Amino acid sequence: MSPPILTVEQLRTYIHRGEQTLRAVDGVSLSLHAGETLGIVGESGCGKSLTCLSIMGLIEEPVRIEPGSSIRLHDRELSELSLRELETIRGNEISMIFQEPMTSLNPVWTVGDQIAEPVRIHRRADAGEARARAIEMLELVGFPNPEERVDSYPHELSGGMQQRAMIAMALACEPAVLIADEPTTALDVTIQAEIIDLLADLQRRLGMAMIFVSHDLGVVSQIADRVAVMYAGQVVEEGDVGDMFRRPRHPYTEGLLRCLPRLDRKVARLPVIPGDVPSPRDWPGGCRFHPRCAYAWERCLSAAPALTGEEHLSRCWLEEEPERRVPSRAGEPGADS
Amino acid sequence: MKRNAPGSVEPLVSVEELTRHFPIKKGLLRRTTGYIRAVDGITFDVRHGETLALVGESGCGKTTVARTLLRLLEPTSGRIVFNGEDVAQLNRQQLLAFRRRAQIIFQDPFGSLNPRMTVGSVLEEVIRVHGLAENGGLQRRVTELLSAVGLDPADARRYPHQFSGGQRQRIVIARALAVEPEFIVADEPVSALDVSVQAQVLNLLADLQERFHLTYLFVSHDLSVVRHIADRVAVMYLGKIVEIGDSETLFENPQHPYTEALLSAVAVVGAADDSRPIVLSGELPSPANPPRGCPFHPRCPHPEKDEVCRTTPPPLEAKAGGGMAACHKVVGRESSGPGQP
Repeated sequence: MSPPILTVEQLRTYIHRGEQTLRAVDGVSLSLHAGETLGIVGESGCGKSLTCLSIMGLIEEPVRIEPGSSIRLHDRELSELSLRELETIRGNEISMIFQEPMTSLNPVWTVGDQIAEPVRIHRRADAGEARARAIEMLELVGFPNPEERVDSYPHELSGGMQQRAMIAMALACEPAVLIADEPTTALDVTIQAEIIDLLADLQRRLGMAMIFVSHDLGVVSQIADRVAVMYAGQVVEEGDVGDMFRRPRHPYTEGLLRCLPRLDRKVARLPVIPGDVPSPRDWPGGCRFHPRCAYAWERCLSAAPALTGEEHLSRCWLEEEPERRVPSRAGEPGADS
Repeated sequence: MKRNAPGSVEPLVSVEELTRHFPIKKGLLRRTTGYIRAVDGITFDVRHGETLALVGESGCGKTTVARTLLRLLEPTSGRIVFNGEDVAQLNRQQLLAFRRRAQIIFQDPFGSLNPRMTVGSVLEEVIRVHGLAENGGLQRRVTELLSAVGLDPADARRYPHQFSGGQRQRIVIARALAVEPEFIVADEPVSALDVSVQAQVLNLLADLQERFHLTYLFVSHDLSVVRHIADRVAVMYLGKIVEIGDSETLFENPQHPYTEALLSAVAVVGAADDSRPIVLSGELPSPANPPRGCPFHPRCPHPEKDEVCRTTPPPLEAKAGGGMAACHKVVGRESSGPGQP
């Protein structure tokens, strides 16, 4: 395999609040190859969005990328770049789209001007060229009559169209990497399906690599090639999308998949993961999932497992002691089958 | 079992031709220039002990229905009959009594809890307002309610911000239960919760329904959740019900083209590779200016769509394949016997 475009190694992004240090992202390693979509799934507070913002360099005090973290785009170490150097990369070689298009688009600029801006800055295009590029991009993302809509303001567009405009803006300079953070979460289900289709199609046509972040396992299973599952600031499982959803290795992934209500059949009672999503204020000791895990034993309470495996990785002591994959509590994995 | 056969028990809630329009005011004089037809003439029953789900995308009017049903909004026209009483005609006194029997749970458990009140005082206030316990019984009742929703009685001394989202939703549920209602309207009650916590709250709602013989109107945009919890489902589009029926039948064999498109668009883990969403062309029309004829016709992918669809609104009627749907192109049921499956 060719070397990855983007490599994240031991990324630690901490939030420093007075005496307190929140280890929000705590040792995340990821790699992204050309043309690939990596899905990142996880629940609120697991660090998935902060991982993306760290890659983009979109963080500021009191949030810090800690020494020893590495984010490399091709061969360039992004975490060491100055702000000025970073600005030549953002929106150009690497772009990001967000959940709420309305809060990311500037309400007093036309969508055309907003799409043209990165082209004028990074490509030094003049006004006419940039406008032509904006129209071309609007057409690419499926706007009807792009020549007219290029002069629309964001509030004149529906939520789905705003998200398309934001995608056009992010892709105007043909970045090598697109980071999409919950891009369909604020949209209705029929519009969501269109945007997923659009992103998958654009990725193929432009040959870019994509990180797609979502809390929705269904959405990720449709668009991703590989998936990383995050829990409590760490990646707990990573693998090929089909393999991951058919044969989850980590008890958290297993539990998440089981507790989802299904569209294709009804069960009498949903299996649950007991307890609550932990807060970065107090990650549990040992394995961070152990207080909610159906398989946990003494070792899990005292020692933190590493992410191990070849193609399909899991951060769990079951990798070393698979015979312990017997649930110890009722109402959890295995209980209803 | 023919629950809805003639002579059987009356439904708990009966909604007849309900409309709720919001005026659009413009200009210096705030003159009314038009109306948003949020709910546009809908009729349905909620039966004793069932969970009826109201589904649809944003702007379809489902939340307006929920609020109008409990008279948090006044209906523009139509009737809401609760246990034989016309809700619109209730005076202040009767309305208080009605609120004891019908409660609502909202999506955002943060926004609906006073941050300055402990959980105990939130519950005590409700119990006191409705005169449901004397001072001595108050503490015991609070303890009972907290245990019923799976919280620790000691939590009564804590404030809402000290709880997680899932726990806060449990508090909101406890508050609704405090008046011992028969009917609970749950407006997107699990939408703001993490996946791993959502299942816990869904199980809790099911347990409470059984234990306290509750009837639910469950408003949601999440079809998987609806399939799990609902006995019957009503699908809304632009202020109208386009399909209503037994949950199993509706999910297995959707009749209306909109229901079909909606189901196909849900991203499912482990879906077959060839399962493609039905793409609806165009944008959702504005409820201020809904299309003539069938409200869905401009986006409808049905191959036989024709002039009738463009000019005549289809009635909600029993269909051969299952429940009731409002579509000219779906075959009606031959034997038009009373009731639905």
